[in-house]
Amino acid sequence: MRALLSARIGGVLLLAAIVAALPLLGPNRFYVDMAMKSWLNAAVCIGLNLLIGYAGQISLGHAGFFALGAYASAILTARYGVPGLVAMLAGAVGTGLLAFAVARPILKLRGHYLAMATLGLGFIISIVLTRELWLTGGPDGVQVPALFVGTWRASGLETWYWIAGGAMVLTAWLSLNLIDSGIGRALRALHGSEVAAETLGIDTTRYKVMVFVLSAVIAALVGSLFAHAERFVTPQEAGFLRSIEFVTMVVLGGMASTFGAVVGAVILTVLPQAVATFQDFKHIVFGAILIMVMIFMPRGLVPTLAGLVRRPGGGPGA
Amino acid sequence: MAEFLQFLFSGLTVGAIYAMVGVGFAIIYNSSQVINFAQGEFVMIGGMATVALTANAGLPLALAVPIAIAIAALTGLALQKFAIEPSRGASVATVIIITIGASIFIRGVVEVALGKNDRALESFSGDEPLRIAGATLLPQSLWVLGALVAVAIGLKLFFDRTRVGKAMLATAQNRLAAQLVGIEVNRIMLLSFGLSAALGALAGLLTAPITLTRYDVGIMLGLKGFCAAILGGLGSAWGALIGGLLLGIVEQMSAGYFSSAYKDAVAFVIILAVLFVRPSGLFGARGTDRV
Amino acid sequence: MNVLTMSRRALLGAAAFAASIVGGDFAAAQTPPPIRVGAFVAATGPASFLGAPELNTLRLYVDRINRSGGVLGRQLQLSIYDSAGDARQAVTFVRRLIEEDRVDFIVGGSTTGETMAVLPLVTEAGVPFISLAGANVVVQPVGERRWVFKTPHSDTMAVQKIYEDMKRDNMTRAAILGGSGGFDQSCRAEARRLAPEYGITIVADETYGASDTDMTPQLTRIRNTQGVQAIVGCGFGAPTVITARNYRQLGMQSIRFYFNHGVASPQFIAQSGGAAEGIRVPVAALLVADQLPANDPQRQVALDYIQAYRAAFNEDVSTFGGHAYDGLMIALDAVRRAGGTDRARVRDEIERTTNFVGVDGIFNMTAQDHMGLDLRSFRMVEIRNNNWRLLY
Repeated sequence: MRALLSARIGGVLLLAAIVAALPLLGPNRFYVDMAMKSWLNAAVCIGLNLLIGYAGQISLGHAGFFALGAYASAILTARYGVPGLVAMLAGAVGTGLLAFAVARPILKLRGHYLAMATLGLGFIISIVLTRELWLTGGPDGVQVPALFVGTWRASGLETWYWIAGGAMVLTAWLSLNLIDSGIGRALRALHGSEVAAETLGIDTTRYKVMVFVLSAVIAALVGSLFAHAERFVTPQEAGFLRSIEFVTMVVLGGMASTFGAVVGAVILTVLPQAVATFQDFKHIVFGAILIMVMIFMPRGLVPTLAGLVRRPGGGPGA
Repeated sequence: MAEFLQFLFSGLTVGAIYAMVGVGFAIIYNSSQVINFAQGEFVMIGGMATVALTANAGLPLALAVPIAIAIAALTGLALQKFAIEPSRGASVATVIIITIGASIFIRGVVEVALGKNDRALESFSGDEPLRIAGATLLPQSLWVLGALVAVAIGLKLFFDRTRVGKAMLATAQNRLAAQLVGIEVNRIMLLSFGLSAALGALAGLLTAPITLTRYDVGIMLGLKGFCAAILGGLGSAWGALIGGLLLGIVEQMSAGYFSSAYKDAVAFVIILAVLFVRPSGLFGARGTDRV
Repeated sequence: MNVLTMSRRALLGAAAFAASIVGGDFAAAQTPPPIRVGAFVAATGPASFLGAPELNTLRLYVDRINRSGGVLGRQLQLSIYDSAGDARQAVTFVRRLIEEDRVDFIVGGSTTGETMAVLPLVTEAGVPFISLAGANVVVQPVGERRWVFKTPHSDTMAVQKIYEDMKRDNMTRAAILGGSGGFDQSCRAEARRLAPEYGITIVADETYGASDTDMTPQLTRIRNTQGVQAIVGCGFGAPTVITARNYRQLGMQSIRFYFNHGVASPQFIAQSGGAAEGIRVPVAALLVADQLPANDPQRQVALDYIQAYRAAFNEDVSTFGGHAYDGLMIALDAVRRAGGTDRARVRDEIERTTNFVGVDGIFNMTAQDHMGLDLRSFRMVEIRNNNWRLLY
């Protein structure tokens, strides 16, 4: 137990150290920008990983939640003069309620119905954001005011790098704590065998709904941060392909591994930049990498590599 | 009345595409429990390959069609053999990511090989619309609907009358039991990928003269087909077929009678409604998943 | 050690860049430094009908100019990225162009959304940026768009041209039909906004999704609306072709059909398979270059571009590649006049562009007008016998 505890604190400290040290290494602000986006994506993925890795459910609509947060911040602050943090909170609460309303009936069913429901929900969100020109600015997107906390104005890439990094480390810490708590144990039991968990008297639906709502709220909060950092949002943020990207990050990095989610997010944020130099062949390269990693490391990068390090030949990873 | 008929024709044509893609989803899901997000790419391959073979290579249509279907079927077989089979036992999410990777890869290959432009295919028998009770119907739509009927009959015969078809059904019912009675499950899965790829390609090449085709048309068609499969009850080929037609008709009717602004959302609203009210779909028998 | 650094660099996509820098420094001993041209276009994705010809054009002309000795005796070095029309990717790529590739100016931004998203960046860094996006908002209010210019005609102009043409024929009742993308929606908004100015009533407004495959319901609704004299189509690509075909299928030729310049590509006519007969489109001179009178100043410029593009890519030109051509040429012209690549001076010179004969029209930029085109740069054409027929 103590070893686990120290691993947890050690892991969070390591993440924090990486966040702190990275700006010293990056040759210019382009890398700072990429790192900032990596951290934001990572925060979403840490939340999504709770759902995929522990509740065993897939969401194909998380970009929709992300965009709801982003647009809540954009619209409430710009049009209605709501303070930034309040708008952020409103977006998170609204998204949480929506996620709850959808998940409650769906998660009573066993199977991958949540994937289908979130697919539909994500599309509906993206279509509404595209169509309601008067509210959202339509497909060409909308400008977002700077974030004010009191009188302090959060602006500049470097500032946002620290906010994004901080948000990511905080999410990781929360996630690791949650996994170690009673809820986490219940979730793990549930992932092992739902039926077995039920016979042990665990209300599986309740836990699954909870984790789903939590992951949606995290996505919405990060969406708000993204909107203020980028100062511009388009409905593409809600797109199906973006949702797929989040899931891919989690699965590639390693399901049921908080650090895996971070690694997956970083790789998939950086990879498009790396393959951009392949020009016309970039989709082929990207697709091939995805297939190869998933075939040869079906549990994802971090668990597989951790398994190799710990005991050559495999075994369950971190 | 003429108006209603016009929307119905339009809905049936669009629905037939969804239906064929949906059936493909169902066949693969049945035999392997895989939700194949690359399904739409087969539709794209069917259309793009036929265009390339006729327009670029100058082959007659009658020759281009079977070759295009064969190309798609081979792609399906390759997908199963080299990407799905090696990942046996991996989690659902992992397999989904593999099929998504495959669809990105396939799109990329076609994009490089055949370009990014929209491509049109000549209609099989002219563009002179048929007039029926005040509504108009393109001859190509008759090809599409005719092919759908043929596919339905063909599948019925295949599943009822042939050993392979029955083996496929048995595998879907109970994989272990099927294995015990000597059915080579891997072969069945391979076959199901080939078959559903061929079906997708058929839909793609038949509709290319109406809808045009492009390297990335598979994304949306695949998703609509997926909706059709869910609507019909995932895993039921007949359900997917009816689900696809229904979806097409509802979409076009809502655009015609109500508003076209939210037509795109119709399919997804239906999906949510189905999941809330009757998650097993219109024709799915099982209420819950197997444990 | 070596392997480690190499793999990390490759991961960051910097290997190619590093090589080019090393090569550049090495060459710098003998030759003057290159002019660094930055570009980002939607070469893939739903807006690839814009970005793909833009990408082709930029590569083609950078290559041609380099072979003929460059500009001011300096070679051009093109850094070009595919944004896929995605605002988020565009921002990252523009950051990369500015910070990593250290470009002297940027041409690009196929869509309005991605252009708008990168404006804070280029303004902050002070890099001259010629956008290839349609909407006016890209260069207005001009006070906040000091570093931003654009070459494409705006959708406002396309709609004005269409309404002028309707007025000529005493048509007052129009239906709008368009897609849901940014390009379509901004045209539809302009069509609604400008209608009263021209005494036109919008009696129907229909829309379709980008991947829709049958528009007969929308067209049937328009047909059943009383007194529609003309349809104003806003869109591009496959949906417009399907719309044209459905228009013929439903036998609606008694209602005149206008499309905005989104269909101004030869593929539209070819793919419509004869269904586009009679459709009117405001287009750039480029598409009717061979029909222009011999004394039209744009004629030769357009014919040269057409010939070069066709020879290189074996496909017909669209107006969108033309935007990139004009953007690159205007920027290089400014570099020439500025005598170097000092960003502020290049910006000033772009703003002083006068009587620049491009394929989109004749540009006259001022401090108040960062596009510099007027309605004369649009020609009204009708599709006849599967070809553009210049009306006026």
